[in-house]
Amino acid sequence: MKSTQSIGSHLVAEHNLQTVMGKRKWSFCSMAGICFVAFIFVNLGIWWLGPSWRAASYTRDLPPELLSHESVMLTSDSTPANPRDSNCTFHNFTCLEVYHCGYDDKSVISVYIYPIQQYYDEHGVDITPPMTREFQEILRTISQSPFYSKDPERACLFIPSVDLLNQHWIRPAQVSKILASLKWWNSGKNHLLFNMLPGTAPDFVNYLGVNTDKAMVAGGGFSSITYRRTFDVSIPVYNPLLEGVELPAKSHLEDRKWLLISSQFGLNVVYKAELQSVVAKDNKVFLLDRCKGTPLNYSVRCDQLGQEHLYPNILQDATFCLVIRGNRLGQPTLMDVMMAGCIPVVVADGYLMPFHEVLDWTRASIHLKEQHLPDVLDVLNKYSPERIQDMRRQVYYYWQRYFKSLSDMTLATLQIVNDRIFPFHARSYDQWNELLNRKAVKNPLFLPLRAPKSLGFTAVILTYDRVDSLFQVVRQVGKVPSLSKIIVVWNNQEVAPPPMSQWPNTGKPIKVITTKFNRLSNRFFPYDEIETECILALDDDIVMLTPDEMEFGYEVWREHPDRLVGYPSRLHLWQNSTQSYSYESEWMNAISMVLTGAAFHHKYFSFMYTYSMPGNLKQWVDKHINCEDIAMNFLVTNVTGKAPIKVVPRKKFKCPECVKEMLSADMSHMVERSECINHFVELYGAMPLKPVEFRCDPVLYKDKLPGVLKKFKDLGVL
Amino acid sequence: MQFKKRFTLILMCGTLAVVAYIVYLHGIANHGVRATIQRYEKRHTGDRNPRSFLADDVEGVFSTDDHNSTVNRSQWETRLDWRKCRMETCFDFSKCSKGFKIYLYPRQAPVSEPYAKILSVIEKSRYLTANPLEACIFVPTIDTLDQDVLSKDYVPNVDKKLQSLPFWNGGRNHLLFNQYSGTWPDYSEDLKFIEQAMLVKSSMSIDWIRYGFDVSMPLFPKDHPQSGGDLGYLNNASNSIPSVRHYLLAFKGKRYLNGIGSDTRNSLYHIHNGKDIVLLTTCKHGKGWEKLMDDRCLQDNDEYEKYDYKKLLYNSTFCLVPRGRRLGSFRFLESLQATCIPVLLSNGYELPFSEVIDWNKVVVWADERLLLQVPAVVHSITESSILAMRQQCQLVWESYFSSVDKIINTVIEVVKNRIQNHLVRPSYHWNTVPGAHVVLPEWSDIPSNYPFYFSPFGETPRDKFTAVVYATTPVTTSSPSLFRVLRMVSKSQYCHKVIVLWHCDVPPPPSQKWPTDLGIPVRVKTRDIKSINARFTPYKEIETDAVFNLDEDVLLTTDEIDFAFSVWQEFPDRIVGYPARSHHWDESVGRWKYSSRWTNEYSMVLTSAAVYHRYYNYLYTTYLSPMILAKVDECNNCEDILMNFLVTHSTRLSPIKVTQRKQYKESLQAQTLDQIGQLHFQQRQECLEDFVDYFGYMPLLHSVVRLDTMLYKDPVSNMRKKYRQIETVQS
Repeated sequence: MKSTQSIGSHLVAEHNLQTVMGKRKWSFCSMAGICFVAFIFVNLGIWWLGPSWRAASYTRDLPPELLSHESVMLTSDSTPANPRDSNCTFHNFTCLEVYHCGYDDKSVISVYIYPIQQYYDEHGVDITPPMTREFQEILRTISQSPFYSKDPERACLFIPSVDLLNQHWIRPAQVSKILASLKWWNSGKNHLLFNMLPGTAPDFVNYLGVNTDKAMVAGGGFSSITYRRTFDVSIPVYNPLLEGVELPAKSHLEDRKWLLISSQFGLNVVYKAELQSVVAKDNKVFLLDRCKGTPLNYSVRCDQLGQEHLYPNILQDATFCLVIRGNRLGQPTLMDVMMAGCIPVVVADGYLMPFHEVLDWTRASIHLKEQHLPDVLDVLNKYSPERIQDMRRQVYYYWQRYFKSLSDMTLATLQIVNDRIFPFHARSYDQWNELLNRKAVKNPLFLPLRAPKSLGFTAVILTYDRVDSLFQVVRQVGKVPSLSKIIVVWNNQEVAPPPMSQWPNTGKPIKVITTKFNRLSNRFFPYDEIETECILALDDDIVMLTPDEMEFGYEVWREHPDRLVGYPSRLHLWQNSTQSYSYESEWMNAISMVLTGAAFHHKYFSFMYTYSMPGNLKQWVDKHINCEDIAMNFLVTNVTGKAPIKVVPRKKFKCPECVKEMLSADMSHMVERSECINHFVELYGAMPLKPVEFRCDPVLYKDKLPGVLKKFKDLGVL
Repeated sequence: MQFKKRFTLILMCGTLAVVAYIVYLHGIANHGVRATIQRYEKRHTGDRNPRSFLADDVEGVFSTDDHNSTVNRSQWETRLDWRKCRMETCFDFSKCSKGFKIYLYPRQAPVSEPYAKILSVIEKSRYLTANPLEACIFVPTIDTLDQDVLSKDYVPNVDKKLQSLPFWNGGRNHLLFNQYSGTWPDYSEDLKFIEQAMLVKSSMSIDWIRYGFDVSMPLFPKDHPQSGGDLGYLNNASNSIPSVRHYLLAFKGKRYLNGIGSDTRNSLYHIHNGKDIVLLTTCKHGKGWEKLMDDRCLQDNDEYEKYDYKKLLYNSTFCLVPRGRRLGSFRFLESLQATCIPVLLSNGYELPFSEVIDWNKVVVWADERLLLQVPAVVHSITESSILAMRQQCQLVWESYFSSVDKIINTVIEVVKNRIQNHLVRPSYHWNTVPGAHVVLPEWSDIPSNYPFYFSPFGETPRDKFTAVVYATTPVTTSSPSLFRVLRMVSKSQYCHKVIVLWHCDVPPPPSQKWPTDLGIPVRVKTRDIKSINARFTPYKEIETDAVFNLDEDVLLTTDEIDFAFSVWQEFPDRIVGYPARSHHWDESVGRWKYSSRWTNEYSMVLTSAAVYHRYYNYLYTTYLSPMILAKVDECNNCEDILMNFLVTHSTRLSPIKVTQRKQYKESLQAQTLDQIGQLHFQQRQECLEDFVDYFGYMPLLHSVVRLDTMLYKDPVSNMRKKYRQIETVQS
């Protein structure tokens, strides 16, 4: 950077000289004097103008409010910040002011960045740590993120614009003064400092060796001892040499030539020797080092025969790659390795992996104690090929999401702090670590539970105006011992429901809910009046179910509360001729749907049907006034991965006398239902339904035993 | 000319000076790495950008590790201060090279009741060894549980006692348990006797725990059950949405008026509203509370008396768990059991087993500093999250906390988890159904090899099974039943291989006598088949997910086999079988009773013909204690009951009975028992009771459901039915 300025100044100086020389003949002395003065002047100019000019050039992506160009004088008696408080934790009352973070509905912390300033000592010497482009990128990312706030009064977190990424460039005494001079420093509370290379020779302590008081440090080389858990954030050591490097795309599934590669140079002699002995044991281990006799070139490595290999490309040929500590625990090699999709084998005792608080590194790396390096092969050989594939996929996933750029790293860091401050809205383990697997199922009713029988079920009957048949259904379901309540969803806005006095007396509470619109989805609304988990959805014409059948259905539901449990069933079939699915109601050997005209389900599925069906499926069903049951089957099977259950034998579900007039309607009905299935498959992007070949009967069904021994007798009668 | 010369000279001087200056600024710019970086800079960012943070320190970052000795380098940091112990610095891994074994010192002095419970868990552990030389972990029998000097259970001078232990060695590889440390007024957590031993402690704080080394354990009461333990309340309550519990947030407890931890409880009244948020405190605590009484006390005490603690607990969606004097409180376990989602108000509390349990799925962290925000926080949690957290609550309660057995076994598993790289359990072992204890990491390192994780990982079981046929009678006749079974099972399209276990004094017939036209491999195992437990040995020849265990004399058809297997594919975590048995509690004698009668419900299926996941074979052989396996071996009976116990215990799901032709060979035996049958039945009754003792509770669950083929006995032509043989009548 400075060199480019001086080239510029050199040219300016030359130009000045020539114009002067062409006009008059000056004495050698005056000539030399002018030359010298001009030289001094130009350099001084650079020295004075430099900072702001410099700032303007590299801060062009930063918001204007950060570019203050202010200068601050720090004298020898300016107070430095206090030493790092190693007892700080997030919950400690003295280290963090959570009151500033407030609580709003967004649960997003607001982060304020101090304007970039220049600091001078009393002699006018610039003591500002030079700003690197990585730090600039970090500031840029924050300023463009949703966390950014211009208002320091409302900020939860403060980011000093002081570049501490590499301790090598820092004079700790001066930086301590700079930090203490910050306007809202307040012992460093709520301040976040970024550091990637802590410690300097010869002892290389593994934390930022500056008086940081109570400031949090996002650091790249913490050990489990120096790291203040719940307070600091462990971040990667970024490797700028990877910028612009593009590796050929490689699948995580393919076999790789080498089992293990060690590619670092400058390894400790002890480790080098140990690795040599490992190579002797297995020829699938590959050792690389810097090429001897040539200037150090990061993009090339040499093997033991002196053969050159392109780096980091060569890492793509290995399943495992060693990342061994140097003087510092954190190594930028981790980035190279992850970029190449190689599984890191980390050998650094006590090292805290980047973002270990949220990332599950057991899925993407292997950690070896330093003293166990000679046994590395024994450890690696214990991992199954499938596990290795999973790990590779996970490495690639972490690389893509959190490591590939400084901006990803910065956002992950802030998100971790955000998760601490709003733990109840924190990103979950799955959100941090789980790849999106279309086939994977997150069953919301994952716990094997059996609802107590005494809770019973609520019958929800959808009706329009068929009062006679409705009353018959009410009488029938009213006889079921486990029924706790009947809810009638009156979907007819023209006619009011009959007065309560006319309703059949079943001894169970009946509640009539009149709806505002005649919509099919009303039957699946999770009404507050439904107090049981279990809902029996019924059509108003399902008069043929016996109380025994319904009671048994409830028992089956109790054993399978995360499934749809119903009576009439249907099947979907793939038709090769039309390349689409068709809907089958024939007597088949399998089922994949049950009709919700008579089916038990958990109330949560009503909740999901109403609030979280994909796309506009709910509206689509209401508009077409059909297929709400198919939609429910799709919903439940998709979210639980479990097929519905058919209970008790098949019986006729339509009134026999209407069969003839229904026949013609039936044909078009089947076509419509098939269309529904195909439309839903499109919406879901896949076919979630699963056919199964069993149905549920009472244990003694059709066994040749006296009826008195059987608990559920009255079933299966046509 | 003179001028020109002079001019040239000056120009040259000037140029030289400038060049010298450039070189000076540039440093000695001949370094390869720096050149590389500059190339990158030029290519990607242009000349006018600032340098990289790496620029002048490449050597320092990429190279040189110039320590003379790498041995135990990190131990330097902790050598003098055991308060900074970590596994890599204070633990001797070389002791664990022969596996994970625990040595328990011989008991000397009597110990407190809770410590006796802890020791008895370790005595029963499958990792126990009597040989201290092969031990990886040492557990002293010196009671360190209560180190509150004011407590009546306080044990003095533990430091001297510990140091006199023969293998103490500064505490290395030792596990020490503690529930109470420090006393009034500061309740310090500083236990000086622990040295380099791992501390397993209740009420641990983030400040004191040596993370990754110590283990935070829950605070449990003296009468916490040894085994079994209460089931989660969700088994008796509604899991509905929205929550039907009457209160949103509840708490009932003492407040301390002064001293450590009093602030939090003293300010609870601010958010109590007597409607959905009920937070009750009483000042009646200890002697002389009246002297400290503040002006809220009388009012608070009155309100306190109006509510019943248990009723609040079981009727609230969230339960406040504020800190007491110490960070942990009994409330925590109580609310987990009640599946009342804990809202923690205990800053700095290191939650139990936080190393492995994902508490974000279970609890709500409130902040003592932001007490007034608690109602808003609780209100902001969505119904779906409540549903999930409540279930997760029950999962962790029943897996890790409901008994001393579970708590201490979890401690052991947490420690074991740190020892061997390839056996480190992934998060899903701990935080998903069925919980880590029945998922052994030694079995496999991928989820699809376990019966529990198919659908969460988007996998399905492989569609083949291995038939394991158990043969006990010599083959004499020309068409023995064994061969008939082989023929029958080999006709199944799903059968991958048959393994015959030859448990018989007479050697098996020579290979030429075996049927040759089966079309699938048949392996005959004769060696090491000395026990009936061999049925459940996880032979490496079993390469399929499913195992079909069969007796040599079962009367099944290929259709029945196929149908059972197709059912199993939908329920890969259960045992699917044909003949079923049941159990019931006999009130009159106060015992569990075994029943083989034909009833409307069942809780076991016989494994003489059953299909299940091969992992259960491994679990049976490895997880169960040798004592209980010996019992089965001794009576040559009950192995199927034990398997049903084990699988139901693991999954909390009942087995599945599928339909079969009538009649199975045993069907009438129950009604007409001969003498051998009598003895057999009596043994099974005894087994049932022994197993209940062993598990500490009755794990079996009833089912009233039988799975039939879709068109079973439906009035349609038999030709339309897929599994026709099932309905062909047998005599």
